[in-house]
Amino acid sequence: MRITCPLCGDRDRREFTYYGAADYLNRPGMGAPAEAWDAYLHLRDNPAGATRDLWYHEMGCAAWLVVNRDTVSHAVLSVRLVTDAQAEGGAA
Amino acid sequence: MASLIDKSPCEDLLPIITPGAQLTEAQPGPVTSVAPFKGRQAATARALAADGLGWPEVGRAVVAPAGRCLWAGRGVAFVTGLVPQGLEDLAALTDQSDGWAVLRLEGAQAAAVLARLCPLDLRAAVFAPGHVARAPLGHMMAILHRTGAEAFEIWVFRSMAGTAVHELAVAMQALAARG
Ligand SMILES: [Zn+2]
Repeated sequence: MRITCPLCGDRDRREFTYYGAADYLNRPGMGAPAEAWDAYLHLRDNPAGATRDLWYHEMGCAAWLVVNRDTVSHAVLSVRLVTDAQAEGGAA
Repeated sequence: MASLIDKSPCEDLLPIITPGAQLTEAQPGPVTSVAPFKGRQAATARALAADGLGWPEVGRAVVAPAGRCLWAGRGVAFVTGLVPQGLEDLAALTDQSDGWAVLRLEGAQAAAVLARLCPLDLRAAVFAPGHVARAPLGHMMAILHRTGAEAFEIWVFRSMAGTAVHELAVAMQALAARG
């Protein structure tokens, strides 16, 4: 599996550290109800298909990335900087 | 006050010379990491211009007579050769002068040696003089700056100096043995 870092280019996935679902970008606001925190911390989809995860380019540029990949075909569908995804509004 | 002896990271380890390649230690001078605060990258670039430098594009170096500014990651550049002035309110600054070992790998076989340790396309048409990359060197995090057609500067953490020299020496010797 290879990941095309928006800054560094096409690199082996072993240069990257996996963090978890991209849901971690959508942190509940101060004063959010307990249900929102429960969902944020624990509730995950388990799709057969496109899934969005956070990866860190540890051996490269040290950027956090949103990687959209297909859990069935293993294809990497898109890679974006977290900062870019957030700048364009919530839908990282 | 005790009289302390200043030793370079690769003291006693270099130079290493094989047919087609030579590995020496570079002395880049002071190293300052510069990470502009949010929205301050343009102002940081203007301040660096006072030293003849500028903010590097991704994967590039700005080279001036007085020093260099190397892209070093997302939102970070390393200024070396001089200590940048006037950045205090614009960027997070860290003195990393003693944090890095800087190696210079040169010769007709330099790219072939580096290719044994670094999974980048090192052909000059792709990774050209003036280009910079953060990439693994073996298992070490490194910064690579191609300074010429047959010359690379390799930055590794100072604590990795011995390992980096050893691994590069093995690659140099193995390549030379092939003749
Ligand atoms: Zn990267």
